[in-house]
Amino acid sequence: MSVLCLVELDGAEPADASLRAVSLARSLGDVSAVIFADTAPEDTLARYGVTDVYLIEPSSLEGYAPQAWARVLAGLATETGATAVLAAGTDRGNEVLAHLGAITGLPMAANCTLVTPDGGQTHRMVRHRWAGLLLEDAVMEAPVALFTVATDSVAAVPAALPSGGTPPGTPVPSAIQVHVHKPELAEADLVVRAAESPAGAGGASLATARVVVGGGRGVGGPDGFAPLEELAGLLGGVVGVSRVVTSEGWRPHRQQVGQTGTKITPELYLACGISGAIQHIAGCAGAKHIIAINTDPGAPILAHADYAVIGDLHQVVPALVEALRARRAPA
Amino acid sequence: MEILVCVKRVPTVGGKIAVTPDGQEVDTRASGFSISPHEECAVEEAVQITERDGGSVSVLTLGPEAAIEQLRGALALGAHRAVLLETDGREFGPIATAAAIAAEVRAHPYDLVLLGNEAADTGDYQVGVRLAHELGWPVATGIKSLSVSPDGVVARREYRGVEEAYSLPWPAVVTVKEGINLPRYPSLPGRLRAKRAAIDRSSPEWAAEGLRKEALRVPESAAHQATVLGSGADAVPELVRVLDELGVLA
Repeated sequence: MSVLCLVELDGAEPADASLRAVSLARSLGDVSAVIFADTAPEDTLARYGVTDVYLIEPSSLEGYAPQAWARVLAGLATETGATAVLAAGTDRGNEVLAHLGAITGLPMAANCTLVTPDGGQTHRMVRHRWAGLLLEDAVMEAPVALFTVATDSVAAVPAALPSGGTPPGTPVPSAIQVHVHKPELAEADLVVRAAESPAGAGGASLATARVVVGGGRGVGGPDGFAPLEELAGLLGGVVGVSRVVTSEGWRPHRQQVGQTGTKITPELYLACGISGAIQHIAGCAGAKHIIAINTDPGAPILAHADYAVIGDLHQVVPALVEALRARRAPA
Repeated sequence: MEILVCVKRVPTVGGKIAVTPDGQEVDTRASGFSISPHEECAVEEAVQITERDGGSVSVLTLGPEAAIEQLRGALALGAHRAVLLETDGREFGPIATAAAIAAEVRAHPYDLVLLGNEAADTGDYQVGVRLAHELGWPVATGIKSLSVSPDGVVARREYRGVEEAYSLPWPAVVTVKEGINLPRYPSLPGRLRAKRAAIDRSSPEWAAEGLRKEALRVPESAAHQATVLGSGADAVPELVRVLDELGVLA
C-alpha cells in the first residue's frame, strides 16, 4: 500500500507541518513525498521514513497554483495506485486537498489527528471540529482517502531505525527513490496562481516561532505592547495577541492567535493578560508549554497553563525583562 | 456588482463547549447562535464593495428555519436580500452544501461569491473550493485583502511571511478570513429594515457523503491547574528558573 503526501518546504528543508503529516502517513503504508521544487531534502525525508519522492519541476507551474497542484496529485495517485493522499493542514494543504476533492468528486477530511485503515475502502478518522475544541470520530468510504493533518496535534517523529541502525544525528544512507515528474497541465488549472512578494511588516512567523509572548486585554491599549516586544526579542520569539486586541485595533490581525487567527506550536507560550476564551485556547493548545501571567487566579487560561504568575503584567513583564538582561550582561 | 455572501448559523461558544448525551451535536441549551468572525467580515466586505461601486448584496444560509436570525443579522449590516436554503435538521456535508449553493448561484447573475475560509463548527475547509468547481469559476481562499475592478479581483493573503496575490477574472469565488476589515455594528434603521425584509426560501436535497460523522467528543485535555510560581514581580526569579529549565533561554 502506498500513500502520497504533499510536502511543503521551509527554505531547503521540509516544513515542520509537513513532517508531522509524514509521521502520521507512515501508519498507512509506504510514503511517497510530492514536492514542488527542483531538489528534495532527501536525507531529512529518509529519516522520516519516506521511500519515494516525486519532484514536480516548478518551471512548469510558475509559482503556487492550487488547482494545478491538485491536478498533479490526482495524476500521481492514479499512476501509483495510492490508497490515500494527504497534506499538512496548512492554508495551502487544506486548499490543495479541497481542490483534489472537487476534481475527483471524493470526500476530504480536514485536520485529522488519527487515520486508521479499516479494510476495503474504509478509513476510520479522528478529526478536529471547532478548531480542535471538539474531536469528531468519522468513517470515510472512498477508493482514495483524502485528508489533511492537524498540525498542532500530531507530532513530527522520525521513523524507527532498523535494529543496529545508526544513532540519531548521523545522516541515514538515502534509499529514497527520486522521480522527476513533468506534469501536463491545462491552461484552466493555471488561471489562479500566486504572485509572491515579501510581506510588508515581515519578521519571524507566528506559526513557526519557538517562543510566543501573548498579549490580551490586560495589556490595556495599543501603547502597552513595547515591554512584550522587548521580552519576545530577549527570548528569540514573537508577539501574538488575543482576538480582543485585534478587534479593538490595538494590533494587526496577523498577530492574532486563535481559531480565526494563527494556530501556534511553540516550545513556550507566555500568555500575558489573556483570560483564555476557548477560541484562543484553540490557537495555542499546540504549545509545548504555557506560562500565564494574570491578575486573576481564576482565569480559564490557568487550566491550560503549566505555570502561572499571579500579578499585573505591567509589573511582572518589565521585571522579567530586567532579569533576563542582567543574566545576559557579562559579569 | 452582484455579490452573494454565504454564512452559517453556529452556536456561540464562550468559556466551555459541551456535547449532547448522544454525541451528535454541540449542546446549545445554554448558548446563543451567531455566524463566524470570518463570515461577519465577508458580509462587511460585500457591503463596502457595493457602497463604493454600486450593486447589491444577497446573503445566503443553508440551515434550519431558525437560521433566519442570522440572515436578518446580515441584512441589518447592509445586505439587501436574504436566501434560506432550508434543511430538515440533518447536517449537510460539504459536497451537498456546495451543490445547493451552486443552484442558487446559477439562478442569479452573481459576479462574486464570498464565504468564510472555513465554518467555525465543522471546519471542513472546502465548500468554497467545491462551489467554484461546480460553477467552473476561479477561487482564492484565506483572503485578507480584496481589490475589485471591472476586469476582475485581486485577492491577497500572507503565507509563511510571503504575500501572495491572486488575480481572478469575473465571476469568482473568494473565501475570506477575519482581519480583512473591521465589521461595523448594525444601525437602528438597518435593524428595522432587516426585521421587515422578505426571506427567499427553498429546500435543497440532502445527500449522503463518503465522510460520515459517528460522534463528537471533547478531547481529554490534561485538565489541571497551573503551578503558581508566585505573585507579582517577586515571582520573577522563580520564573527565570523555569524558563531556563524549559530550555528557552539561549
